[in-house]
Amino acid sequence: MAQPLIKKDDDRDDEAEYSPFLGIEKGAVLQEARVFNDPQLDPRRCSQVITKLLYLLNQGETFTKIEATEVFFAVTKLFQSKDTGLRRMVYLMIKELSPSADEVIIVTSSLMKDMNSKTDMYRANAIRVLCRITDGTLLTQIERYLKQAIVDKNPVVASAALVSGIHLLQTNPEIVKRWSNEVQEAVQSRAALVQFHALALLHQIRQNDRLAVSKLVSNLTRGTVRSPLAQCLLIRYISQVIRESGSTQTGDRPFYDYLEGCLRHKAEMVIFEAARAITELSGVTSRELTPAITVLQLFLSSSKPVLRFAAVRTLNKVAMTHPMAVTNCNIDMESLISDQNRSIATLAITTLLKTGNESSVDRLMKQITNFMSDIADEFKIVVVEAIRSLCLKFPLKYRSLMNFLSNILREEGGFEYKKAIVDSIVILIRDIPDAKESGLLHLCEFIEDCEFTYLSTQILHFLGVEGPKTSDPSKYIRYIYNRVILENATVRASAVSTLAKFGAMVDSLKPRIFTLLRRCLFDSDDEVRDRATLYLEMLGGDGEIVETQKDVKEFLFGSLDVPLSNLETSLKNYEPSEEPFDINSVPKEVKSQPLAEKKAPNKKPTGLGAPATEPSSGIDAYEKLLSSIPEFSSFGKLFKSSAPVELTEAETEYAVNVVKHIFDGHVVFQYNCTNTIPEQLLENVTVIVDPSEAEEFAEVASRPLRSLPYDSPGQTFVAFQKPEGVPAVGKFSNILRFIVKEVDPSTGEAEEDGVEDEYQLEDLEIVAADYMLKVGVSNFRNAWETMGPDFEKVDEYGLGPRESLVEAVNAVINLLGMQPCEGTEVVPSNSRSHTCLLSGVFIGNVKVLVRLQFGLDSNREVAMKLAVRSADEAVSDTIHEIVASG
Amino acid sequence: MEKDSCPLVKNILLLDPEGKRVAVKYYSDDWPTNSAKLAYEKSVFTKTQKTNARTEAEITMFDNNIVIYKFVQDLHFFVTGGDDENELILDAVLQGFVDAVTLLLRNKVDKSEALENLDLILLCLDEIIDRGMILETDGNAIAGKVATSSVDPAAPLSEQTISQALALAREHLTRSLLS
Repeated sequence: MAQPLIKKDDDRDDEAEYSPFLGIEKGAVLQEARVFNDPQLDPRRCSQVITKLLYLLNQGETFTKIEATEVFFAVTKLFQSKDTGLRRMVYLMIKELSPSADEVIIVTSSLMKDMNSKTDMYRANAIRVLCRITDGTLLTQIERYLKQAIVDKNPVVASAALVSGIHLLQTNPEIVKRWSNEVQEAVQSRAALVQFHALALLHQIRQNDRLAVSKLVSNLTRGTVRSPLAQCLLIRYISQVIRESGSTQTGDRPFYDYLEGCLRHKAEMVIFEAARAITELSGVTSRELTPAITVLQLFLSSSKPVLRFAAVRTLNKVAMTHPMAVTNCNIDMESLISDQNRSIATLAITTLLKTGNESSVDRLMKQITNFMSDIADEFKIVVVEAIRSLCLKFPLKYRSLMNFLSNILREEGGFEYKKAIVDSIVILIRDIPDAKESGLLHLCEFIEDCEFTYLSTQILHFLGVEGPKTSDPSKYIRYIYNRVILENATVRASAVSTLAKFGAMVDSLKPRIFTLLRRCLFDSDDEVRDRATLYLEMLGGDGEIVETQKDVKEFLFGSLDVPLSNLETSLKNYEPSEEPFDINSVPKEVKSQPLAEKKAPNKKPTGLGAPATEPSSGIDAYEKLLSSIPEFSSFGKLFKSSAPVELTEAETEYAVNVVKHIFDGHVVFQYNCTNTIPEQLLENVTVIVDPSEAEEFAEVASRPLRSLPYDSPGQTFVAFQKPEGVPAVGKFSNILRFIVKEVDPSTGEAEEDGVEDEYQLEDLEIVAADYMLKVGVSNFRNAWETMGPDFEKVDEYGLGPRESLVEAVNAVINLLGMQPCEGTEVVPSNSRSHTCLLSGVFIGNVKVLVRLQFGLDSNREVAMKLAVRSADEAVSDTIHEIVASG
Repeated sequence: MEKDSCPLVKNILLLDPEGKRVAVKYYSDDWPTNSAKLAYEKSVFTKTQKTNARTEAEITMFDNNIVIYKFVQDLHFFVTGGDDENELILDAVLQGFVDAVTLLLRNKVDKSEALENLDLILLCLDEIIDRGMILETDGNAIAGKVATSSVDPAAPLSEQTISQALALAREHLTRSLLS
């Protein structure tokens, strides 16, 4: 009876999962390990038991200290056997057990015997095992053998010693450094991998000696490198030498020719390493890039996915800094959109989005639409972010891009993906005024059928801010009120607030809003009812239609000037008492979130080509901040924000710096203030700005900082109007004005009454460079030719005696605030003439290119020829005026 | 990874058709615990499961790592490296691993054969990478080193590759020297 049953079991195991380790159990295997102690060893059986032990460890099983010690001692007995197969398993087992120092002593002599054995396999493996488990004292005993092994004629032995040396260098550098001579000899080895390992070790030994590394590298570029791996290593070391010699730049880049030569190597591994190294050279020129791009382009049509991936990933990175250089590959890229490997397809698309020009946008969007349906969300997010950057780059194309976004918004997708789309639409609405109305409607349609509460409330809030300012606010009401009827309590409450905002801003809508809000008084949820009651009361819903009071608007639209996370912490710490919660007690210091938030998408789990966020990711945070302040929201698109300028000496009572935000017709000064006196609380902090030396500026708004407690920075703003599009300059004097209240240091409580006080700050200037964005071009000559001589203005200037040409060049670059191109800001030492190329975007989005030629005469007088090309004659003239008056 | 450092391998995985371990080897601290390792294996396996990595090795990227993989019968081979690593170097490592296993299992590359010869697979891993450093990428050479001690002397020579035959001959020689 029992027989057939067992057989049946076997059958099933055969089909499902036959494994020699089926039902294996640690305790049993440890019992089995007793065979290691048999006087008559059975090598085959012992090997099997070791394999079982290794299997257990490999599956994640762990041995207790006692178990490990027992196994270790038993295994050491196996050195008695002369069976080679068993010995190899013993080596593996010892490495896995990583014995403690006192246990190591037991096997040292056996391993040292193997190290000197006639069998190469024994020697190589014994070296690796011994070096792995050894400590410093033992190492000095075996050092002699290791040095011999490094130059052993058997390559496996030499490699074993060299690789062990690389690991030992971390723990015992002083010992390994003594092996330099032997390692150097091994670098000349005829065995391919020995050379590779020796090169790696020698470089690590010498890595802090730049001269030695440079010498090592030059020697090898003249000699023979025997393996692709060693060649790749050499290329990495060459890149390092180039990087470190960057400061002494003179004409041709050292070793560039060698790198270019590697592009013709027979191993793809080497070709790719060299191409990648060239693309990563700092300040790489178009001429240097071309050959590397050419080989990468060939790889794009390879039959091997790995090669295509490597090439497209590298080109994607190049496209961020040198989009023009990659455009030649566009046709190959487009065919990759349909690549089976979706990582490759996504990289191809995001590259195309970076290199595409305005005319190719529509075609590209068509291709992407087909592609989007069959990739995972994580890839889609990468694409959405790339499209957002593209749209900001070509605002005229907003229609097709906005359409694309709204289409994908309607399709299936997870929260992160939908959030990326909504965020993108919100940013486009904010930055492209023409896109506002259509964008808002897309969002309205989306919330009609949105399963994510978070997104619904986010959109409702945004609608409340933007909707009332549109040409026909009434058309949004239906969408909003539908939420009140159909959604969960959170969304309903949010919709009620949005309705109130429309009511507050648009008087003609008030009667309808009141009707709708009154209906909400019967909602089943407390919060919804409370909000409706509050808003009706505030807006005067008892019949009369009056203009909404200012403080009501402030309540509805005013941004909370404390970070939410801080408010949350304070509320949690608040203990209910007679004392009401005071919002002024909440610290205002933002834990640098705006920037971190912006950077987050770069560290996406996919790691696929970071989205093309411009280097000025800070401007996004500023833009968000400024557009959240009602007084400034009508200023249009932020053109540029300066770096903070200190207005106080270090370590004074109050530390203030200012950021200059430039708009087309306005300038906003953001004063970042810190109170460094623990015994004081400042309130109603403002900066009184005197523009007497800035005639073209007129103050239009000021936003005081309500409270500035000790050591928690806050901001106050002052806005000026200036002639539209004109680079008006001027000097402003600043006085910090505030009410100071004494704080009792023991209780932290401030006194009731304060005293008005002032504090003199340093002056602040708006200079021409504030109206210039540093925007580089990858190929200056091309850009110069394309711009054409229509609005070219040339003139010559004498800059007077200067310390050096370097100083003169830097002075002019700083004066203009433009981006130096192709590394021309570096002046070779002792040269008597220099040409510097600059590029930038002037306010009004006018592209400007400047060519500066400097000459130094025998009296150290500097003469300069300035040639400007731009798309606007007036701008070309302005540049000359700036230089003439600077 | 430092730009000028040596190529490094973070792990090599050999998984079965359900994503379970046949043999794995980790060389970096990115996955400190066994559960972190298992979670990594699970996500790698799920992410690559539906792709066709049979004729050519495939590649993907996640958690800032590059993963190169190839499937043979019911075995899934993976090599992971940092995201700055030269993809083609990792590819060479994977190819060396697959080739060596194919030779050692005498073209019968499947899960049960791999488990039956787990000792060879483990030795093979040991000969490819030493704590992240690449020791050898040539499949023949790797298999040769492993087979020195393990080829079954009874196997008919016709089924063996030349390198295995050589290795076998070497082994016979060592044996006679030792005895």
